[in-house]
Amino acid sequence: MITYLSNNSETVLAALRQHITLALIPVLLGFLIALPIGYLGVRFPWLYHPLVNVAGVLYSIPSLALFVFLPVVLGTKILSPLNIVVALTIYTVALMARTVADGLRSVDRLITESATAMGYRRVRRLFDVELPVALPVILAGLRVATVSNISLVSVGALIGIGGLGQLFTRGFQLFYIEPILVGIILSVLLAGIADLIIVLIQRAVTPWTRVQGGRA
Amino acid sequence: MKLLSRLSAAGTAVALLVALTACGADEDPLSNSDGGSSAAPGTITVGSANFAESELLAEIYSQALEAKGLTVKRQFNIGARELYLKALQDGSIDLLPEYNGALLSALSSGGAPEGVSKPEDVLGALKKVLPSGTEVLEQSPAEDKDTLTVTSETASKYSLKTIEDLKPVAKDLVIGAGPEWQERYQGLKGLKELYGIEFKEFKPLDAGGPLTVNALIKGQIQVGNIFSTDSSIATNKFVVLDDPKNLYLAENIIPLIRTSANNPTVTEALNAVSAKLTTENLTTTLAKVQVDKQDTAAVAKGWLTESGLV
Amino acid sequence: MNLDYLFDAAHWDFSTGSIPQLIVSHLWYVFLALLIGLVIALPVGLYIGHTGRGSFIAINAGNAGRSLPTLGLLMLMVTLLGLGLLPVLIALTVLVIPPILTSAYAGLRTLDPGVVDAAKGVGMRPMQVLFRVELPMALPVLMSGFRSAALQVVATATVAAAVGLGGLGRLLIDGLAVNDYSRVLAGAIVVAVLAVLLDLVLALAQRWIVSPGLRASK
Repeated sequence: MITYLSNNSETVLAALRQHITLALIPVLLGFLIALPIGYLGVRFPWLYHPLVNVAGVLYSIPSLALFVFLPVVLGTKILSPLNIVVALTIYTVALMARTVADGLRSVDRLITESATAMGYRRVRRLFDVELPVALPVILAGLRVATVSNISLVSVGALIGIGGLGQLFTRGFQLFYIEPILVGIILSVLLAGIADLIIVLIQRAVTPWTRVQGGRA
Repeated sequence: MKLLSRLSAAGTAVALLVALTACGADEDPLSNSDGGSSAAPGTITVGSANFAESELLAEIYSQALEAKGLTVKRQFNIGARELYLKALQDGSIDLLPEYNGALLSALSSGGAPEGVSKPEDVLGALKKVLPSGTEVLEQSPAEDKDTLTVTSETASKYSLKTIEDLKPVAKDLVIGAGPEWQERYQGLKGLKELYGIEFKEFKPLDAGGPLTVNALIKGQIQVGNIFSTDSSIATNKFVVLDDPKNLYLAENIIPLIRTSANNPTVTEALNAVSAKLTTENLTTTLAKVQVDKQDTAAVAKGWLTESGLV
Repeated sequence: MNLDYLFDAAHWDFSTGSIPQLIVSHLWYVFLALLIGLVIALPVGLYIGHTGRGSFIAINAGNAGRSLPTLGLLMLMVTLLGLGLLPVLIALTVLVIPPILTSAYAGLRTLDPGVVDAAKGVGMRPMQVLFRVELPMALPVLMSGFRSAALQVVATATVAAAVGLGGLGRLLIDGLAVNDYSRVLAGAIVVAVLAVLLDLVLALAQRWIVSPGLRASK
């Protein structure tokens, strides 16, 4: 595996770079889109169940199908990385909208009521009180979305754009396990690092969750 | 009622999906021919099909172009012809290695014209059917044909020498090839129309890749579509069935390029590659990738150096 | 782009490669993966939840499992083991183990400790506590983990077709290979509908097996 890596370092690095871009842009976009959608699911309770169910169905569309269809819908070129980015953004929104809604719903009514009593208006209360309190739940969802995005990108290799997934198809076409192993290991490492970064961010921005200690 | 809302969600999602796709109704999704490549001007995007030889050839083209000072973007391993031709037409890629006969059959509705099987005839016919905005350069003498291949055991059991010999026994045999074979004239259709052969079952595997080879060895299929330059034929003592009715035409390797990406430097570099490429040196070079698992880029470089092209 | 493929009656007989036949093989992969996953993950999750030993594994199994790219794992397994059902089952089982394990653990851990103490107090032995009290009370959480595993595996089982096997992924892979988008669309719709129906069946099963006493409190 070492010789494979040293002989193919350029290919591997290019695949890794593409993988990171394709996985992480959707996480950011999806997160930003999911926040207002999740909020709507709380603000208008009748929206919550339809939202959860539509998200569930969207999430069960096979990624390959979505990759192939987006050019039809968006008018993008079939090999455009944009297709992967949009598809993964859809999955991220599907996952995160529900988490955001659940996080906001989990905020103790005593907290929101005291905030209102202290004179917070709805919007300021949302940003200053509810969102921070819901943050641990929301970030837990973000971890799931990030990690599954990183693993989903590789499916794009079936249509020629898949970051580390290209190492899978290459190895598979030659019945040669080295590239496949390298791809899997890098993909898992990447997910682990991204996950760790979110955990660290979470610790930094929600210091109060640490008081209870222990449970990461 | 949860049940009801879940059902309605399913309905909504399906309706959404249908509505979205219906938007693109009659226009062909894959050919938004606004021309021009996605890469920066002055760069040429080289594509390849999803099998080792195509990738090797694409890498050889890429390095030959780079040696002439051009900037190359590699977009390899796209998929089957049906897919990468669309990518070529929509400008996602500019250039890729093709096979004259297979390309001709793919582009001619109802399969290749009759009586065309020699390399020059194939090339002549091919030039008439190329999609607008694309052209082919000089073809190389190197050939890589689709074949129907069986193990030596199967060959002796049913005394098979040619594809015609399959006719009486095909109903007991399973054939394996890339999924695109279901629809191709040079796949199941041609076998049925030209030879009158229908197999017991078709297993969609890969384009002459290791899945097909392994399935043949393990007996999961009895007949496989393997490329004639594949080293596994010799390694496994497979028997390649003759094709007396010329279902498989000449399959010379030929660069297919978008006219907008072509210029004298590109033409000169690729024609030099085609002139040096032979079936023999392609087969041995491909074996370095397939058997010795050497890096494609290094193997391509080796071939170009040996051939005095870089 | 249209629904011709989906609504063409010729694709609905039970011949090889027809939609019903692909649904059956798809469900077969899903069923086997869930079954094997359950057999492996449930005891481990219950053990960790019951004893509290190895919590680290249970907490991290979820994300670790999700981070393994199924396509890569499948291609690795096919390269190592050759074409067949086994590589697909391994890749899919790896996918379903984490949610089941994590939810079994979480289901037990989040129980009111008073309930467990009460069970011990009335003289139940450890196994009785586990099977008569802890497991039934953890079922709602456990079922939600199982359902998310099922949803994921229904969508992911499509990758089996990328390595020459069956299931509804055939419609996607073949449709892509022959440039027949109608077929790809049919595949996507059938998979999504199947996922919804399966979730529905599991939701009904959940109602049936979860004690009514627990439902009221939820």
